[in-house]
Amino acid sequence: MHRFANPARFLRLARPASAVCFWGGLLIAAIGLYWGVFAAPADYLQGESVRMLYIHVPTAWLSMSGYAGLAIAGFSALVWRHPLADVALLALAPVGAVFSAVCLITGSIWGRPTWGTWWVWDGRLTSMLVLFFLYLGVIALARSYDEPGRGAKMASILALLGLVNLPIIKFSVEWWNTLHQPASITLSGSSIDGSMLWPLLTSALGIGLLMASAVLMRMRALIAERKVSARLARLAAA
Amino acid sequence: MNQTAFVIAAYVAAAIGIGGVLAWAYLTMRRAERRAEELRR
Repeated sequence: MHRFANPARFLRLARPASAVCFWGGLLIAAIGLYWGVFAAPADYLQGESVRMLYIHVPTAWLSMSGYAGLAIAGFSALVWRHPLADVALLALAPVGAVFSAVCLITGSIWGRPTWGTWWVWDGRLTSMLVLFFLYLGVIALARSYDEPGRGAKMASILALLGLVNLPIIKFSVEWWNTLHQPASITLSGSSIDGSMLWPLLTSALGIGLLMASAVLMRMRALIAERKVSARLARLAAA
Repeated sequence: MNQTAFVIAAYVAAAIGIGGVLAWAYLTMRRAERRAEELRR
C-alpha cells in the first residue's frame, strides 16, 4: 500500500482506472439491472416488487463496505500518516453517504408494498440510518477545522469509532425481532435461486465499479485542489 | 399504486442519487484538474 503513497504514482494509475471503472461499471450495471428487472422471474410471494432487490441490496453492501474502507483509510491516516489516506477518507465519505441514502430510500419504497409501511424503527433500518449519519458526521468533522489536517484526524477517529455499527447492521436481523428478512446470502451459501442471484451479483459488481470510479474521481479532485492551494500559497509568499 | 410503480420509483431514486454523485465527482475533478494545470503553466 505504501508503494502508492506517492500522489504522482497514484495519479498515473487512477487516471486510467477511473475511466475503466466508470465505463466497465456502466456496462455491467446495465446488463445486471436489465437482467434483474426484465428477464429474472417475479417472486412467488412478493411479486414484481422483488425487482427492487437488484438496486437496494447492492447499495446496502456497498455502503457498508464503503464504511469499512473509510475506517481503513482513517486507520492508515492516523497510524502510518499515509499521504493519500486522508484523501481517500474525504473522497469516500460523501460517496458512501449517497449510497447509504439510496439504500434507505429504496428500502423504504420496497417496504411500503411489502410490509405496508414506509419505515419502522427496528434494528436493521435504524442501524442503517445510523450508518448514514456516521457518514455525515465524518464529512462535517473533516470540514469543521480551519486546518485540514486536524479535520481529517478527527474524521479518522470518528470513522474508526463508527466501525462498531457494521456488525450491528449485519447481526441486527438475528439479535432483534424485525420486519426485515434475515440474510439470504452468507459465506456458506445462498437461499436465493440462481435466476435471481446472478443478476443480483452482476448488478452489485457494476454498481460497485461505478462507486469506485466516483471515489477515484473525487480523490483526483482533492489532489488537484491541494496542488492549487500549495501553488497559490507559494505565489503569495514569493 | 401497483407494485410496478414502486419499482419505477425505487430505480428513479437510485438513478438520481448514483447519477448525481457520479456527475458531481466528474465535474469537480475536471474543474480542479483544469485549475491545477492552468497554475502549473
